[in-house]
Amino acid sequence: MRLLAIILGMSVVTNLPRVLPMTLLGRVRLPAPLERWLAHVPYAVLGALIFPGILGVQPAHPAVGLSGGAAAAVLALVRAPVLVVIAAAIAAAMGMQLWLGG
Amino acid sequence: MAASDDRRTAGTLRAGATAGIPIAIGYVPIAVAYGALSVKSGVPPGQTCLMSMLVFAGASQFMAVSMWAGGAGAAQIVIATFILNLRQLIMSMALATRLRDWRAGERLAASLGITDETFALLSVRFPPGQAPSGRFVAGLMLGAYLSWVLGSAAGALFAAAIPESLGSGLSIALYAMFIVLLVPAVRHAWRAGLTAALAMALSLALHRVLPAGWAIIGATVIAAATNVVWPDGREAVA
Repeated sequence: MRLLAIILGMSVVTNLPRVLPMTLLGRVRLPAPLERWLAHVPYAVLGALIFPGILGVQPAHPAVGLSGGAAAAVLALVRAPVLVVIAAAIAAAMGMQLWLGG
Repeated sequence: MAASDDRRTAGTLRAGATAGIPIAIGYVPIAVAYGALSVKSGVPPGQTCLMSMLVFAGASQFMAVSMWAGGAGAAQIVIATFILNLRQLIMSMALATRLRDWRAGERLAASLGITDETFALLSVRFPPGQAPSGRFVAGLMLGAYLSWVLGSAAGALFAAAIPESLGSGLSIALYAMFIVLLVPAVRHAWRAGLTAALAMALSLALHRVLPAGWAIIGATVIAAATNVVWPDGREAVA
C-alpha cells in the first residue's frame, strides 16, 4: 500500500513537469532570447548527463565508463551505425572491466 | 543535416518507430537491470512493472528502488524523484516551441513520452523552425515506452537469473546513446558542442556541491543560456 502510494506520487511529480509546459505554452510565442535559450537546452542537457555521470558506470573504476564513452565518441564521429556504436561501447566497457579484474 | 529528407519521410508512425530503434534497443538492457534490481530490493514484480508504466523515467526509478531498499520514507523518495525529473520541465518548454501548431490533445499525449532520449532525438532531428508529425512522435515514443515496460517486466521475472555485475556493465549503453545523439549535432554546429562541453564542466563542478538532479538542472540552465548572449546564428524564424 505504501509502495503503491510512492509509485503514484512519483508518477505525479514526474508527469506534471512533462505535461504543464507543453499544454500551457503551446500557443504562446516566447520572446526571442528565451527561444535561443531553449534551442540549446538539448545540447546542454546531453553534456550535463554524460559527464560526470559516465564515470559512475562502474563507480570503483571510472575507466570503465570512460573507455565505453571514448569508443562511442570515436565511432559516432566516423558515422558508424547507431547499434554498432552502442555495441562497441558495451564491449569496450566490459573489456576494461575484465582487464581491471572487476 | 538532411533536414529536407527528414521532412519528406517524417510523416509516418513507422518512420518514428524506425528512428527510435536505437533508443528502444538502448533501453532494454537498462530496463532489464532496473527490473532485476527492483525485485532484488524487495519490490514485488507487479509494482516494479507498474512503476515503469506510470513513471517512465529510468534514473529516478533506479534511485527509488535503491532508496526503498535503504529504508527511505515515501516523501523522501517522491521529493527526490521530483528534483531529479525537474529537467523535464525545461525539455517540455523547449519541445512546446517546436510543436506550437499541434492540437492541445496531441501535445498532452506527446508530453507524457518525454525522456532525455526521445527529447534529444526529436530536437536534434528537427532543428528550430521544423516540427515532426504527430505520427512520427507517436511511433518514436511508443517504441521507447514499450521497450522500457517490457524490458522491466523481463528483468523482474528473471531477476534470479541476472548477475549483479551485468547491470553496471550494460548501463554504458545509455551513455553511448547520449553520445550518439550529441555527436551529429556537434558536427553540424560547433557552437552546440561548446554548449555541451560547458555543460559537462559545470555539471562536474556542481556535482561536488549539489545532489545529482540539481547539478544536471543547474548545468543545463547555465550552459544553454550562453546561446542567449552569444547565439549560434541559427535563429528560429517565424
